[in-house]
Amino acid sequence: MKRRTLLAGAAMALGLATTAMADDKTKVGFVYVGPVGDGGWTYEHDQGRKAVVEHFGDKVETTYVENVPEGADAERVITQMALQGADLIFTTSFGYMDPTINVAKKFPKVKFEHATGYKQADNVSVYSARFYEGRAVQGTIAGHMTKSNTIGYIASFPIPEVIRGINSAYIHAKKVNPDVQFKIVWAYTWFDPAKEADAAKVLIEQGADVILQHTDSTAPQAAAKAAGNVITFGQASDMSEFAPMPRVSSIIDDWAPYYVARTQAVMDGTWESVNTWHGIKEGMVGIGEISSAVPENVKAEALAMKAALGDGSYHAFTGPLKKQDGSDWLADGETADDGTLAGMNFYVEGIEGEIPQ
Amino acid sequence: MDLSAINPVVLLASILVSATPILLAATGELVVERAGVLNLGVEGMMVTGAVTGFAGAVLTGSPALGFLIAALGGAALSLLFAFLTQVMLANQVASGLALTLFGVGFAALLGKGYIGETPPQFPLWKFTVRAADGDVPAAIATLDLIVPLTIAIVASVWAVLKFTRAGLVLRAVGENHEAAHALGYKVVRIRTLAILFGGAMAGLGGAYISMIRVPTYTENVTAGAGWIALALVVFGSWKPGRVMLGAWLFGGVTMLQLNLQGTGVSIPVQYLAMSPYIITILVLVIMSNQRNTAPGSLGKSFHAAG
Repeated sequence: MKRRTLLAGAAMALGLATTAMADDKTKVGFVYVGPVGDGGWTYEHDQGRKAVVEHFGDKVETTYVENVPEGADAERVITQMALQGADLIFTTSFGYMDPTINVAKKFPKVKFEHATGYKQADNVSVYSARFYEGRAVQGTIAGHMTKSNTIGYIASFPIPEVIRGINSAYIHAKKVNPDVQFKIVWAYTWFDPAKEADAAKVLIEQGADVILQHTDSTAPQAAAKAAGNVITFGQASDMSEFAPMPRVSSIIDDWAPYYVARTQAVMDGTWESVNTWHGIKEGMVGIGEISSAVPENVKAEALAMKAALGDGSYHAFTGPLKKQDGSDWLADGETADDGTLAGMNFYVEGIEGEIPQ
Repeated sequence: MDLSAINPVVLLASILVSATPILLAATGELVVERAGVLNLGVEGMMVTGAVTGFAGAVLTGSPALGFLIAALGGAALSLLFAFLTQVMLANQVASGLALTLFGVGFAALLGKGYIGETPPQFPLWKFTVRAADGDVPAAIATLDLIVPLTIAIVASVWAVLKFTRAGLVLRAVGENHEAAHALGYKVVRIRTLAILFGGAMAGLGGAYISMIRVPTYTENVTAGAGWIALALVVFGSWKPGRVMLGAWLFGGVTMLQLNLQGTGVSIPVQYLAMSPYIITILVLVIMSNQRNTAPGSLGKSFHAAG
């Protein structure tokens, strides 16, 4: 992807060259996988960056580079940021995991924060949100709302974060509607509006009347709207432009408090490498307003689920649960531990198809 | 696996839709390259067309006007490229890449207020296809006016290049600009017109993505389609018919692999996901390996005194 390289390089030069860096300011860099105007994942990270600017004013200086491909290009962009004097760098996609670790080794004084990964180091924190809690609420609504009993799922890459979401949505859809079936399409991209829209259309043509997405743009929402009589959920951002139909609710990622707190820690000299995994309770996962297209009783059930997940009285992965191959996973009443969830690489019983290896 | 979930008519319609944006852009670029100019700014012009067309359609409420504005937007951007390469004699590769970088940023700026909006709908041709058993609702295949229009444009480009004097002159300029100049043809003027045509077509292709295929606007909505269009021109060995076949093939395999995934075919998904690229490249390489058909003056600057 030469284009991406060039784009990243140029954006880099523009983004960093235009800011004359005064030395007393804390410099915070952000690396984004899509454009800030994707209306979803990257948009929300950038909202977090803006919150940092607003909170600290002149004391902070932020830079960002968008459309950075996962892999070797990311390593170069992160290195460049560190060389330009960043004190703290947020790398906001799973595929930046190894690049972040590699660059962090070369810049022991720079602090790094990697989103959704699992590799930590002395100067690398990891943070993520318990999106699967939001998926449980989604699954509940989806299971009630589907008339064709077919729910389409646009997956991105076969990584634990995505698989957790599929499992959680499936478990809770199945709970309220035993006839429900999932059709899963792997798009192999985080951001490609045309491909995301194509995937949504294919799923709708094959009988799905609910579309869940784990990709970053609003394209599946638009495709569902054009098809009519299909419901969707906002992903990463509220996507309320598509409410009340097709978008009936959403999972909203709220990174702002975390970004502000971590920037503060760097300023105070109290920054330490941590592993943060926050959910509905801490507010990192928000549930967007459930629209008027959802019947009152379903809405009430979904909100009760949200409340139970929020106060800790219910865990989204509570036994009895079996794996797809029929082997036992969780006994009755047992809940999944974070370690298993973090590395989840199996479907639960009932989901058809294989996870691409 | 249950292949009956795939309705062939619906699949065919979706393939045509998916091929249309790259076909529009590739046909434009084909004319530019046949005139001897390599414009790598297709992606930039597409994304500019995607946003200008979208904004135009939203503001005027007319999708047809939107497409017209998209064509103008793409052409306006290409005028910049024409000025750089035809008047200032700048390097075409560098200018084209710069055009893409500029176009992507410019489009993002223009599109700030339109993210997530829905454009006015284009009149669709809907075919209702009855499914085999009675309980399943009939699948609906939709096509829009732009699809046949695109095919008509490709056919006209082919006919003009092959049978008309204007097409002959354009090809002459592309094959050997000095000879064409010696015969008294205005090389720079002809090339500028070709570049404008390419820009307009790329603009239309981009607008097709944001207005019909998706249909919504997000930043960078074309996400690389311009580069596929560029590759199609080369692999289609600068022939409109082959470029069209290539676009359909690419669209076809893309849609087929998504459909197969939906039915749960047990082929590793990674192979399915990369298959559009591999199969399109393979077929087009096989088709085009007889001889090198690149225009003789492709990518070279022309200066009358030189």
